[in-house]
Amino acid sequence: MAKLRKIVSDPLADNNPVTWQVLGVCSALAVTTQVSTALVMSIALTAVLCGSNVVISLLRNMIPNKIRMIVELCVIATLVILADQILRAFVYDISKQLSVFVGLIITNCIVMGRAEAYALQNPPFKSFLDGIGNGLGYSIILVAVAAFRELLGSGTLLGITVLSPEWYVGNTLMLLPPGAFVIIGLLIWFQRTVISKTLREED
Amino acid sequence: MKFILKLQDSVRHLFKEGAPFHHVEPIFDAADTFAFTPAEQTHRGAHVRDAIDIKRVMITVIYALMPCFLFGVWNAGYQYNMTHAVPDARLVDHMLRGLIIVLPIVFVSYAVGGFWEVLFSCVRKHPINEGLLVSGFLFPLILPPTIPLWQVAVGITFGIVIGKEIFGGTGMNVVNPALLSRAFIFFAYAKSMTGNVWIASKGDQVVDAVTGATPLGVLSAMPEGATAADAIASGQVSFMQAFLGVMPGSIGETSALACLIGAVMLLLAGIASWRIMLACVIGLLSTATLAHLFGSSPMSQIPPHYHLVMGGFAFGAVFMATDPVSAAATNAGKWIYGFLIGMLVIIVRVLNAGFPEGVMLSILFMNLMAPLIDSFVVDHHVRRRRKRG
Repeated sequence: MAKLRKIVSDPLADNNPVTWQVLGVCSALAVTTQVSTALVMSIALTAVLCGSNVVISLLRNMIPNKIRMIVELCVIATLVILADQILRAFVYDISKQLSVFVGLIITNCIVMGRAEAYALQNPPFKSFLDGIGNGLGYSIILVAVAAFRELLGSGTLLGITVLSPEWYVGNTLMLLPPGAFVIIGLLIWFQRTVISKTLREED
Repeated sequence: MKFILKLQDSVRHLFKEGAPFHHVEPIFDAADTFAFTPAEQTHRGAHVRDAIDIKRVMITVIYALMPCFLFGVWNAGYQYNMTHAVPDARLVDHMLRGLIIVLPIVFVSYAVGGFWEVLFSCVRKHPINEGLLVSGFLFPLILPPTIPLWQVAVGITFGIVIGKEIFGGTGMNVVNPALLSRAFIFFAYAKSMTGNVWIASKGDQVVDAVTGATPLGVLSAMPEGATAADAIASGQVSFMQAFLGVMPGSIGETSALACLIGAVMLLLAGIASWRIMLACVIGLLSTATLAHLFGSSPMSQIPPHYHLVMGGFAFGAVFMATDPVSAAATNAGKWIYGFLIGMLVIIVRVLNAGFPEGVMLSILFMNLMAPLIDSFVVDHHVRRRRKRG
Protein backbone atom coordinates (compact mmCIF):
# COMPACT_ATOMS: atom_id res chain seq x y z
CA MET A 1 0.00 0.00 0.00
CA ALA A 2 2.76 2.40 0.99
CA LYS A 3 4.47 1.49 -2.25
CA LEU A 4 1.38 2.33 -4.25
CA ARG A 5 1.02 5.62 -2.44
CA LYS A 6 4.61 6.43 -3.24
CA ILE A 7 3.89 5.97 -6.96
CA VAL A 8 1.39 8.81 -6.72
CA SER A 9 3.19 11.03 -4.22
CA ASP A 10 6.69 10.84 -5.63
CA PRO A 11 6.07 12.89 -8.77
CA LEU A 12 4.20 15.55 -6.82
CA ALA A 13 7.31 17.10 -5.34
CA ASP A 14 10.39 14.92 -5.03
CA ASN A 15 10.48 13.76 -8.61
CA ASN A 16 8.26 16.38 -10.18
CA PRO A 17 8.14 16.03 -13.97
CA VAL A 18 8.38 19.80 -14.55
CA THR A 19 10.68 21.12 -11.84
CA TRP A 20 12.84 18.04 -11.33
CA GLN A 21 12.98 16.38 -14.73
CA VAL A 22 12.30 19.66 -16.57
CA LEU A 23 9.85 18.06 -18.99
CA GLY A 24 6.72 19.58 -20.49
CA VAL A 25 8.08 23.08 -20.06
CA CYS A 26 6.87 24.42 -23.41
CA SER A 27 3.22 24.01 -22.51
CA ALA A 28 3.96 25.36 -19.05
CA LEU A 29 5.17 28.53 -20.75
CA ALA A 30 2.33 28.74 -23.22
CA VAL A 31 -0.90 28.09 -21.35
CA THR A 32 -0.19 29.67 -17.97
CA THR A 33 -1.26 33.27 -18.50
CA GLN A 34 -4.55 32.46 -16.75
CA VAL A 35 -5.42 29.97 -14.03
CA SER A 36 -8.52 28.78 -15.88
CA THR A 37 -6.63 27.70 -19.01
CA ALA A 38 -3.94 26.11 -16.86
CA LEU A 39 -6.58 24.11 -14.97
CA VAL A 40 -8.24 22.85 -18.13
CA MET A 41 -4.88 22.00 -19.64
CA SER A 42 -3.89 20.14 -16.47
CA ILE A 43 -7.07 18.09 -16.48
CA ALA A 44 -6.67 17.30 -20.18
CA LEU A 45 -3.07 16.22 -19.75
CA THR A 46 -3.77 14.14 -16.65
CA ALA A 47 -6.62 12.36 -18.44
CA VAL A 48 -4.50 11.65 -21.51
CA LEU A 49 -1.56 10.52 -19.39
CA CYS A 50 -3.68 8.08 -17.35
CA GLY A 51 -5.36 6.76 -20.46
CA SER A 52 -2.19 6.28 -22.43
CA ASN A 53 -0.40 4.69 -19.48
CA VAL A 54 -3.20 2.17 -18.98
CA VAL A 55 -3.57 1.31 -22.67
CA ILE A 56 0.14 0.98 -23.27
CA SER A 57 0.52 -1.07 -20.13
CA LEU A 58 -2.20 -3.42 -21.36
CA LEU A 59 -0.47 -3.72 -24.72
CA ARG A 60 3.02 -3.90 -23.28
CA ASN A 61 3.55 -7.59 -24.02
CA MET A 62 2.21 -7.30 -27.56
CA ILE A 63 4.14 -4.27 -28.78
CA PRO A 64 7.19 -5.19 -30.89
CA ASN A 65 10.16 -3.39 -29.42
CA LYS A 66 11.30 -1.89 -32.72
CA ILE A 67 8.11 0.01 -33.41
CA ARG A 68 7.07 0.70 -29.85
CA MET A 69 7.35 4.49 -30.24
CA ILE A 70 5.01 4.47 -33.21
CA VAL A 71 2.48 2.41 -31.28
CA GLU A 72 2.78 4.70 -28.29
CA LEU A 73 2.27 7.75 -30.47
CA CYS A 74 -0.84 6.19 -32.06
CA VAL A 75 -2.36 5.59 -28.63
CA ILE A 76 -1.46 9.05 -27.35
CA ALA A 77 -2.64 10.81 -30.50
CA THR A 78 -5.99 9.04 -30.36
CA LEU A 79 -6.50 10.05 -26.74
CA VAL A 80 -5.45 13.64 -27.42
CA ILE A 81 -7.92 13.95 -30.27
CA LEU A 82 -10.61 12.59 -27.98
CA ALA A 83 -9.68 15.09 -25.28
CA ASP A 84 -9.63 17.92 -27.80
CA GLN A 85 -13.12 17.03 -29.06
CA ILE A 86 -14.50 16.81 -25.53
CA LEU A 87 -13.05 20.22 -24.64
CA ARG A 88 -14.53 21.73 -27.78
CA ALA A 89 -17.90 20.28 -26.95
CA PHE A 90 -18.06 21.36 -23.30
CA VAL A 91 -15.69 24.31 -22.70
CA TYR A 92 -15.49 25.87 -26.13
CA ASP A 93 -14.12 29.26 -25.02
CA ILE A 94 -11.22 27.85 -23.07
CA SER A 95 -10.48 25.30 -25.75
CA LYS A 96 -10.21 28.20 -28.20
CA GLN A 97 -7.75 29.96 -25.90
CA LEU A 98 -5.69 26.81 -25.57
CA SER A 99 -5.67 26.63 -29.39
CA VAL A 100 -2.96 24.26 -30.60
CA PHE A 101 -1.64 23.41 -27.18
CA VAL A 102 -4.18 20.68 -26.53
CA GLY A 103 -3.13 19.06 -29.78
CA LEU A 104 0.48 19.48 -28.77
CA ILE A 105 -0.06 17.21 -25.75
CA ILE A 106 0.86 14.50 -28.28
CA THR A 107 4.42 15.77 -28.23
CA ASN A 108 4.48 16.47 -24.50
CA CYS A 109 7.57 14.74 -23.17
CA ILE A 110 5.84 13.75 -19.95
CA VAL A 111 3.27 11.55 -21.73
CA MET A 112 5.82 9.90 -23.97
CA GLY A 113 8.34 9.68 -21.15
CA ARG A 114 5.98 7.90 -18.75
CA ALA A 115 4.90 5.49 -21.48
CA GLU A 116 8.51 4.65 -22.24
CA ALA A 117 9.83 4.66 -18.72
CA TYR A 118 6.95 3.20 -16.76
CA ALA A 119 3.95 1.81 -18.61
CA LEU A 120 6.03 -0.50 -20.80
CA GLN A 121 7.36 -2.31 -17.74
CA ASN A 122 4.47 -2.21 -15.27
CA PRO A 123 0.93 -3.59 -14.91
CA PRO A 124 -2.09 -1.41 -15.73
CA PHE A 125 -3.15 -0.38 -12.24
CA LYS A 126 0.31 0.78 -11.24
CA SER A 127 0.64 2.59 -14.55
CA PHE A 128 -2.68 4.28 -13.90
CA LEU A 129 -1.44 5.53 -10.53
CA ASP A 130 1.78 6.66 -12.13
CA GLY A 131 -0.28 8.62 -14.66
CA ILE A 132 -2.30 10.23 -11.87
CA GLY A 133 0.85 11.14 -9.94
CA ASN A 134 2.72 12.65 -12.85
CA GLY A 135 -0.39 14.39 -14.15
CA LEU A 136 -0.96 15.97 -10.75
CA GLY A 137 2.72 16.88 -10.43
CA TYR A 138 2.48 18.69 -13.75
CA SER A 139 -0.82 20.27 -12.69
CA ILE A 140 0.55 21.65 -9.42
CA ILE A 141 3.35 23.47 -11.20
CA LEU A 142 1.11 24.65 -14.03
CA VAL A 143 -1.49 26.09 -11.69
CA ALA A 144 1.15 27.64 -9.42
CA VAL A 145 2.87 29.33 -12.34
CA ALA A 146 -0.47 30.46 -13.75
CA ALA A 147 -1.54 31.87 -10.37
CA PHE A 148 1.63 33.97 -10.15
CA ARG A 149 1.35 35.13 -13.73
CA GLU A 150 -2.33 36.00 -13.62
CA LEU A 151 -2.02 37.74 -10.27
CA LEU A 152 1.07 39.77 -11.15
CA GLY A 153 0.21 40.25 -14.81
CA SER A 154 -3.43 41.22 -14.71
CA GLY A 155 -4.19 41.45 -10.99
CA THR A 156 -6.85 38.73 -11.14
CA LEU A 157 -7.23 35.10 -10.08
CA LEU A 158 -9.60 32.88 -12.08
CA GLY A 159 -10.92 36.08 -13.60
CA ILE A 160 -11.81 37.66 -10.23
CA THR A 161 -10.09 40.96 -9.54
CA VAL A 162 -7.75 40.62 -6.57
CA LEU A 163 -5.39 43.53 -7.05
CA SER A 164 -7.50 46.49 -8.04
CA PRO A 165 -6.39 48.21 -11.24
CA GLU A 166 -6.91 51.51 -9.43
CA TRP A 167 -3.58 51.13 -7.68
CA TYR A 168 -2.00 48.03 -9.20
CA VAL A 169 -0.22 48.36 -12.52
CA GLY A 170 -0.18 45.01 -14.31
CA ASN A 171 3.28 43.63 -15.02
CA THR A 172 3.02 42.75 -18.70
CA LEU A 173 6.29 40.83 -18.65
CA MET A 174 4.43 38.17 -16.67
CA LEU A 175 2.00 37.75 -19.56
CA LEU A 176 4.87 37.07 -21.97
CA PRO A 177 6.56 33.64 -22.11
CA PRO A 178 9.81 34.95 -20.51
CA GLY A 179 7.77 35.74 -17.39
CA ALA A 180 6.87 32.06 -17.10
CA PHE A 181 10.54 31.17 -17.54
CA VAL A 182 11.45 33.35 -14.58
CA ILE A 183 8.65 31.93 -12.42
CA ILE A 184 9.47 28.31 -13.28
CA GLY A 185 13.13 29.03 -12.61
CA LEU A 186 12.30 30.43 -9.20
CA LEU A 187 10.05 27.44 -8.45
CA ILE A 188 12.85 25.06 -9.39
CA TRP A 189 15.22 27.00 -7.14
CA PHE A 190 12.68 26.92 -4.33
CA GLN A 191 12.20 23.19 -4.65
CA ARG A 192 15.84 22.23 -4.99
CA THR A 193 17.26 24.44 -2.29
CA VAL A 194 14.45 24.85 0.19
CA ILE A 195 12.22 21.75 0.05
CA SER A 196 14.79 19.13 -0.96
CA LYS A 197 17.33 20.47 1.50
CA THR A 198 15.01 19.90 4.42
CA LEU A 199 14.21 16.44 3.06
CA ARG A 200 17.89 15.58 2.77
CA GLU A 201 18.57 16.78 6.29
CA GLU A 202 15.72 14.62 7.59
CA ASP A 203 17.29 11.57 5.96
CA MET B 1 41.05 60.12 9.89
CA LYS B 2 42.65 58.70 13.02
CA PHE B 3 39.30 58.99 14.74
CA ILE B 4 37.55 56.85 12.13
CA LEU B 5 40.33 54.28 12.21
CA LYS B 6 40.12 54.06 16.01
CA LEU B 7 36.36 53.75 15.86
CA GLN B 8 36.55 50.95 13.31
CA ASP B 9 39.25 49.11 15.20
CA SER B 10 37.33 49.41 18.45
CA VAL B 11 34.27 47.65 17.01
CA ARG B 12 36.13 45.21 14.76
CA HIS B 13 35.98 42.38 17.30
CA LEU B 14 32.17 42.56 17.32
CA PHE B 15 32.13 41.22 13.76
CA LYS B 16 34.56 38.35 14.24
CA GLU B 17 33.52 34.71 13.99
CA GLY B 18 31.16 33.91 16.85
CA ALA B 19 30.68 37.56 17.85
CA PRO B 20 27.16 39.01 18.01
CA PHE B 21 27.27 40.87 14.68
CA HIS B 22 29.12 38.28 12.65
CA HIS B 23 26.23 37.77 10.22
CA VAL B 24 26.44 41.39 9.05
CA GLU B 25 30.24 41.30 8.77
CA PRO B 26 30.15 42.27 5.04
CA ILE B 27 28.67 45.65 5.96
CA PHE B 28 31.52 46.35 8.36
CA ASP B 29 34.02 45.09 5.81
CA ALA B 30 32.60 47.42 3.16
CA ALA B 31 32.77 50.45 5.45
CA ASP B 32 36.27 49.44 6.54
CA THR B 33 37.74 49.01 3.07
CA PHE B 34 35.87 52.03 1.80
CA ALA B 35 37.75 54.29 4.17
CA PHE B 36 41.12 52.51 4.43
CA THR B 37 43.32 50.07 2.63
CA PRO B 38 42.63 46.60 4.05
CA ALA B 39 45.13 45.36 6.60
CA GLU B 40 45.58 41.99 4.94
CA GLN B 41 48.62 41.79 2.72
CA THR B 42 49.85 39.25 0.29
CA HIS B 43 52.92 37.69 1.76
CA ARG B 44 54.41 34.76 -0.15
CA GLY B 45 55.29 33.90 -3.68
CA ALA B 46 55.23 36.16 -6.68
CA HIS B 47 52.44 38.66 -7.04
CA VAL B 48 51.75 41.72 -9.12
CA ARG B 49 51.68 45.02 -7.27
CA ASP B 50 49.43 47.49 -8.95
CA ALA B 51 47.53 50.56 -7.87
CA ILE B 52 44.44 49.44 -9.73
CA ASP B 53 41.85 47.20 -8.13
CA ILE B 54 38.16 46.65 -8.68
CA LYS B 55 37.20 49.68 -6.58
CA ARG B 56 39.40 52.00 -8.68
CA VAL B 57 38.05 50.52 -11.91
CA MET B 58 34.50 51.13 -10.81
CA ILE B 59 35.17 54.65 -9.62
CA THR B 60 36.85 55.50 -12.92
CA VAL B 61 33.74 54.39 -14.77
CA ILE B 62 31.70 56.66 -12.49
CA TYR B 63 34.00 59.58 -13.41
CA ALA B 64 33.58 58.75 -17.07
CA LEU B 65 29.81 58.75 -16.62
CA MET B 66 29.85 62.24 -15.13
CA PRO B 67 29.60 64.13 -18.46
CA CYS B 68 26.55 62.05 -19.37
CA PHE B 69 25.07 62.52 -15.91
CA LEU B 70 25.61 66.28 -15.72
CA PHE B 71 24.36 66.79 -19.24
CA GLY B 72 21.41 64.52 -18.52
CA VAL B 73 20.50 66.52 -15.42
CA TRP B 74 20.65 69.76 -17.37
CA ASN B 75 18.73 68.32 -20.29
CA ALA B 76 15.97 66.87 -18.08
CA GLY B 77 15.53 70.26 -16.42
CA TYR B 78 15.69 72.07 -19.73
CA GLN B 79 13.11 69.84 -21.38
CA TYR B 80 10.85 70.16 -18.34
CA ASN B 81 11.10 73.93 -18.28
CA MET B 82 10.50 74.09 -22.02
CA THR B 83 7.40 71.87 -22.03
CA HIS B 84 6.01 73.56 -18.94
CA ALA B 85 6.81 76.98 -20.40
CA VAL B 86 8.64 78.20 -17.31
CA PRO B 87 9.53 81.86 -18.01
CA ASP B 88 13.14 83.15 -17.86
CA ALA B 89 14.65 79.80 -16.97
CA ARG B 90 18.45 80.03 -16.88
CA LEU B 91 21.20 77.44 -16.59
CA VAL B 92 20.90 77.29 -12.79
CA ASP B 93 17.15 76.78 -12.99
CA HIS B 94 17.58 73.99 -15.51
CA MET B 95 20.19 72.28 -13.35
CA LEU B 96 18.10 72.58 -10.18
CA ARG B 97 14.97 71.32 -11.88
CA GLY B 98 17.00 68.50 -13.41
CA LEU B 99 18.42 67.52 -10.03
CA ILE B 100 14.93 67.43 -8.54
CA ILE B 101 13.92 65.05 -11.31
CA VAL B 102 17.03 62.87 -11.56
CA LEU B 103 18.41 62.57 -8.02
CA PRO B 104 15.44 60.63 -6.60
CA ILE B 105 15.82 58.09 -9.40
CA VAL B 106 19.52 57.63 -8.68
CA PHE B 107 18.84 57.46 -4.96
CA VAL B 108 16.16 54.77 -5.29
CA SER B 109 18.36 52.79 -7.65
CA TYR B 110 21.27 52.81 -5.19
CA ALA B 111 19.17 52.27 -2.07
CA VAL B 112 17.15 49.32 -3.38
CA GLY B 113 20.06 47.80 -5.29
CA GLY B 114 22.26 48.25 -2.22
CA PHE B 115 19.72 46.53 -0.02
CA TRP B 116 19.79 43.39 -2.19
CA GLU B 117 23.55 43.50 -2.52
CA VAL B 118 24.00 43.67 1.26
CA LEU B 119 21.36 41.01 1.89
CA PHE B 120 23.03 38.54 -0.47
CA SER B 121 26.50 39.37 0.87
CA CYS B 122 25.40 38.68 4.42
CA VAL B 123 23.62 35.43 3.54
CA ARG B 124 26.40 34.19 1.30
CA LYS B 125 29.18 35.51 3.54
CA HIS B 126 31.17 37.26 0.84
CA PRO B 127 32.34 40.87 0.95
CA ILE B 128 30.08 43.49 -0.61
CA ASN B 129 31.19 43.97 -4.19
CA GLU B 130 31.62 47.27 -5.92
CA GLY B 131 29.71 46.29 -9.05
CA LEU B 132 26.60 47.96 -7.77
CA LEU B 133 28.39 51.29 -7.72
CA VAL B 134 28.35 51.24 -11.53
CA SER B 135 25.17 49.22 -12.18
CA GLY B 136 23.17 51.40 -9.81
CA PHE B 137 24.37 54.50 -11.62
CA LEU B 138 24.11 53.20 -15.19
CA PHE B 139 20.52 52.14 -14.65
CA PRO B 140 19.05 55.61 -13.92
CA LEU B 141 20.91 57.04 -16.89
CA ILE B 142 19.13 54.74 -19.32
CA LEU B 143 15.67 55.53 -17.99
CA PRO B 144 13.35 58.32 -19.09
CA PRO B 145 13.16 61.09 -16.48
CA THR B 146 9.43 60.53 -16.09
CA ILE B 147 9.80 56.98 -14.80
CA PRO B 148 7.78 56.32 -11.59
CA LEU B 149 10.14 55.66 -8.69
CA TRP B 150 8.53 52.36 -7.67
CA GLN B 151 9.29 51.05 -11.14
CA VAL B 152 12.93 52.00 -10.65
CA ALA B 153 12.87 49.94 -7.45
CA VAL B 154 11.24 46.93 -9.08
CA GLY B 155 13.55 47.16 -12.09
CA ILE B 156 16.81 47.31 -10.15
CA THR B 157 15.57 44.50 -7.91
CA PHE B 158 15.05 42.27 -10.93
CA GLY B 159 18.38 43.24 -12.46
CA ILE B 160 20.43 42.73 -9.31
CA VAL B 161 18.71 39.59 -8.01
CA ILE B 162 17.81 37.69 -11.18
CA GLY B 163 20.55 39.16 -13.37
CA LYS B 164 23.47 39.03 -10.98
CA GLU B 165 23.10 37.62 -7.49
CA ILE B 166 21.55 34.27 -8.38
CA PHE B 167 24.53 33.64 -10.66
CA GLY B 168 26.90 34.37 -7.79
CA GLY B 169 27.26 38.15 -7.62
CA THR B 170 29.63 40.63 -9.25
CA GLY B 171 31.72 39.08 -11.97
CA MET B 172 29.44 36.08 -12.44
CA ASN B 173 26.56 37.72 -14.29
CA VAL B 174 25.75 36.48 -17.77
CA VAL B 175 24.14 39.72 -18.94
CA ASN B 176 24.62 43.33 -17.94
CA PRO B 177 22.50 43.88 -14.78
CA ALA B 178 21.66 47.52 -15.55
CA LEU B 179 20.47 46.63 -19.04
CA LEU B 180 18.50 43.68 -17.73
CA SER B 181 16.77 45.99 -15.26
CA ARG B 182 15.85 48.25 -18.11
CA ALA B 183 14.67 45.35 -20.26
CA PHE B 184 12.47 44.26 -17.37
CA ILE B 185 10.78 47.66 -17.17
CA PHE B 186 10.63 47.87 -20.96
CA PHE B 187 8.60 44.66 -21.18
CA ALA B 188 6.76 44.86 -17.86
CA TYR B 189 5.71 48.50 -17.86
CA ALA B 190 5.98 49.45 -21.50
CA LYS B 191 3.86 52.55 -20.99
CA SER B 192 6.56 54.20 -18.88
CA MET B 193 9.18 53.70 -21.57
CA THR B 194 7.18 54.72 -24.60
CA GLY B 195 4.29 56.92 -25.43
CA ASN B 196 3.28 60.41 -24.65
CA VAL B 197 5.07 61.48 -21.47
CA TRP B 198 5.63 65.13 -20.70
CA ILE B 199 9.18 65.13 -21.74
CA ALA B 200 8.34 63.60 -25.04
CA SER B 201 5.42 65.74 -26.11
CA LYS B 202 6.03 68.90 -28.04
CA GLY B 203 2.74 70.53 -28.77
CA ASP B 204 0.57 68.20 -30.75
CA GLN B 205 3.44 66.19 -32.07
CA VAL B 206 3.54 62.81 -30.37
CA VAL B 207 7.04 61.53 -29.95
CA ASP B 208 8.23 58.11 -28.99
CA ALA B 209 10.66 58.12 -26.09
CA VAL B 210 12.03 54.60 -26.33
CA THR B 211 15.67 54.71 -25.24
CA GLY B 212 15.45 58.42 -25.77
CA ALA B 213 15.26 57.52 -29.40
CA THR B 214 13.20 60.55 -30.03
CA PRO B 215 14.51 61.24 -33.50
CA LEU B 216 14.07 57.54 -34.13
CA GLY B 217 10.57 57.83 -32.80
CA VAL B 218 9.83 60.71 -35.11
CA LEU B 219 11.25 58.84 -38.07
CA SER B 220 9.58 55.51 -37.37
CA ALA B 221 6.21 57.10 -36.63
CA MET B 222 6.12 59.24 -39.77
CA PRO B 223 2.62 59.91 -41.04
CA GLU B 224 1.43 58.22 -44.21
CA GLY B 225 3.07 59.65 -47.32
CA ALA B 226 5.92 61.41 -45.55
CA THR B 227 9.33 59.79 -45.57
CA ALA B 228 12.25 59.78 -43.20
CA ALA B 229 14.27 61.67 -45.77
CA ASP B 230 11.70 64.48 -45.72
CA ALA B 231 11.93 64.78 -41.95
CA ILE B 232 15.69 65.09 -42.12
CA ALA B 233 15.53 67.55 -45.00
CA SER B 234 12.96 69.70 -43.24
CA GLY B 235 15.13 69.90 -40.14
CA GLN B 236 12.77 68.02 -37.84
CA VAL B 237 15.69 65.81 -36.94
CA SER B 238 19.13 67.32 -37.28
CA PHE B 239 22.49 65.63 -36.91
CA MET B 240 23.88 68.38 -34.68
CA GLN B 241 20.88 68.31 -32.36
CA ALA B 242 21.16 64.56 -31.97
CA PHE B 243 24.94 64.80 -31.49
CA LEU B 244 24.66 67.41 -28.74
CA GLY B 245 21.61 65.75 -27.27
CA VAL B 246 19.39 68.75 -26.55
CA MET B 247 16.25 66.73 -26.98
CA PRO B 248 13.86 64.55 -25.01
CA GLY B 249 14.96 61.06 -24.15
CA SER B 250 16.49 58.83 -21.49
CA ILE B 251 18.45 60.79 -18.90
CA GLY B 252 22.03 60.03 -19.86
CA GLU B 253 21.66 58.80 -23.39
CA THR B 254 20.64 61.76 -25.50
CA SER B 255 24.05 63.35 -25.92
CA ALA B 256 26.49 61.50 -28.15
CA LEU B 257 29.04 64.19 -27.30
CA ALA B 258 28.91 63.42 -23.56
CA CYS B 259 29.27 59.72 -24.32
CA LEU B 260 32.26 60.52 -26.52
CA ILE B 261 33.94 62.40 -23.66
CA GLY B 262 33.23 59.43 -21.41
CA ALA B 263 34.69 57.10 -24.02
CA VAL B 264 37.90 59.12 -24.18
CA MET B 265 38.20 59.02 -20.38
CA LEU B 266 37.65 55.26 -20.29
CA LEU B 267 40.16 54.62 -23.07
CA LEU B 268 42.82 56.90 -21.55
CA ALA B 269 42.41 55.09 -18.23
CA GLY B 270 42.71 51.83 -20.13
CA ILE B 271 39.53 50.42 -18.62
CA ALA B 272 37.16 49.86 -21.51
CA SER B 273 38.05 47.95 -24.63
CA TRP B 274 38.62 50.11 -27.71
CA ARG B 275 38.15 47.04 -29.85
CA ILE B 276 34.57 46.63 -28.75
CA MET B 277 33.71 50.30 -29.21
CA LEU B 278 35.30 50.47 -32.64
CA ALA B 279 33.75 47.19 -33.73
CA CYS B 280 30.31 48.43 -32.66
CA VAL B 281 30.75 51.55 -34.78
CA ILE B 282 32.04 49.59 -37.79
CA GLY B 283 29.21 47.07 -37.51
CA LEU B 284 26.65 49.83 -37.26
CA LEU B 285 28.01 51.93 -40.11
CA SER B 286 28.53 49.07 -42.54
CA THR B 287 25.10 47.57 -41.96
CA ALA B 288 23.45 50.98 -42.09
CA THR B 289 25.21 51.73 -45.37
CA LEU B 290 23.97 48.47 -46.85
CA ALA B 291 20.46 49.18 -45.60
CA HIS B 292 20.65 52.72 -46.95
CA LEU B 293 21.78 51.57 -50.39
CA PHE B 294 19.54 48.55 -50.86
CA GLY B 295 16.82 48.78 -48.23
CA SER B 296 13.25 49.63 -49.09
CA SER B 297 11.74 50.24 -45.65
CA PRO B 298 11.11 53.90 -44.71
CA MET B 299 13.73 53.74 -41.95
CA SER B 300 16.43 52.74 -44.42
CA GLN B 301 16.38 56.24 -45.87
CA ILE B 302 18.16 57.55 -42.80
CA PRO B 303 21.78 58.35 -43.70
CA PRO B 304 24.15 55.90 -41.98
CA HIS B 305 25.99 58.46 -39.85
CA TYR B 306 22.70 59.55 -38.24
CA HIS B 307 22.47 56.14 -36.62
CA LEU B 308 25.64 56.88 -34.65
CA VAL B 309 24.14 59.78 -32.76
CA MET B 310 20.52 58.73 -32.48
CA GLY B 311 18.96 56.75 -29.67
CA GLY B 312 21.05 54.95 -27.12
CA PHE B 313 23.77 53.71 -29.46
CA ALA B 314 26.60 55.95 -28.25
CA PHE B 315 25.87 55.25 -24.59
CA GLY B 316 25.37 51.55 -25.23
CA ALA B 317 28.56 51.12 -27.22
CA VAL B 318 30.69 53.05 -24.71
CA PHE B 319 29.32 51.97 -21.33
CA MET B 320 27.15 48.89 -21.84
CA ALA B 321 28.79 46.77 -24.53
CA THR B 322 32.23 47.20 -22.93
CA ASP B 323 31.21 45.76 -19.54
CA PRO B 324 34.16 43.40 -19.03
CA VAL B 325 32.08 40.72 -17.32
CA SER B 326 29.38 40.22 -19.92
CA ALA B 327 31.40 41.05 -23.05
CA ALA B 328 33.59 38.67 -25.01
CA ALA B 329 37.01 38.28 -23.44
CA THR B 330 39.31 37.32 -26.32
CA ASN B 331 40.57 40.01 -28.67
CA ALA B 332 39.18 38.40 -31.81
CA GLY B 333 36.00 37.69 -29.89
CA LYS B 334 35.68 41.36 -29.00
CA TRP B 335 35.75 42.33 -32.68
CA ILE B 336 33.05 39.81 -33.55
CA TYR B 337 30.98 40.71 -30.50
CA GLY B 338 31.09 44.45 -31.17
CA PHE B 339 30.48 44.11 -34.89
CA LEU B 340 27.41 41.96 -34.34
CA ILE B 341 26.02 44.43 -31.78
CA GLY B 342 26.27 47.24 -34.32
CA MET B 343 24.74 45.06 -37.01
CA LEU B 344 21.83 43.93 -34.82
CA VAL B 345 21.07 47.52 -33.83
CA ILE B 346 20.49 48.42 -37.48
CA ILE B 347 18.52 45.26 -38.15
CA VAL B 348 16.14 46.09 -35.30
CA ARG B 349 15.97 49.80 -36.09
CA VAL B 350 15.55 49.57 -39.84
CA LEU B 351 14.02 46.20 -40.63
CA ASN B 352 11.86 45.54 -37.59
CA ALA B 353 8.80 47.73 -37.39
CA GLY B 354 8.00 46.53 -33.85
CA PHE B 355 10.75 48.41 -32.03
CA PRO B 356 12.09 51.83 -33.02
CA GLU B 357 15.29 51.20 -31.04
CA GLY B 358 17.38 48.07 -30.72
CA VAL B 359 20.51 48.90 -28.73
CA MET B 360 19.34 47.35 -25.49
CA LEU B 361 18.10 44.18 -27.17
CA SER B 362 21.22 43.75 -29.30
CA ILE B 363 23.61 44.16 -26.39
CA LEU B 364 21.64 41.75 -24.20
CA PHE B 365 21.52 39.24 -27.03
CA MET B 366 25.23 39.49 -27.71
CA ASN B 367 25.93 39.22 -23.95
CA LEU B 368 24.35 35.79 -24.17
CA MET B 369 26.43 34.91 -27.23
CA ALA B 370 29.74 36.19 -25.85
CA PRO B 371 30.84 32.94 -24.15
CA LEU B 372 30.07 31.06 -27.36
CA ILE B 373 32.16 33.48 -29.43
CA ASP B 374 35.04 33.16 -26.97
CA SER B 375 34.82 29.41 -27.08
CA PHE B 376 35.03 29.43 -30.90
CA VAL B 377 37.98 31.80 -30.83
CA VAL B 378 39.87 29.71 -28.30
CA ASP B 379 39.11 26.51 -30.22
CA HIS B 380 40.37 28.13 -33.37
CA HIS B 381 43.63 29.16 -31.68
CA VAL B 382 44.13 25.69 -30.29
CA ARG B 383 43.57 24.10 -33.68
CA ARG B 384 45.93 26.52 -35.42
CA ARG B 385 48.68 25.94 -32.89
CA ARG B 386 48.30 22.21 -33.15
CA LYS B 387 48.69 22.41 -36.92
CA ARG B 388 51.76 24.57 -36.59
CA GLY B 389 53.47 22.42 -34.02
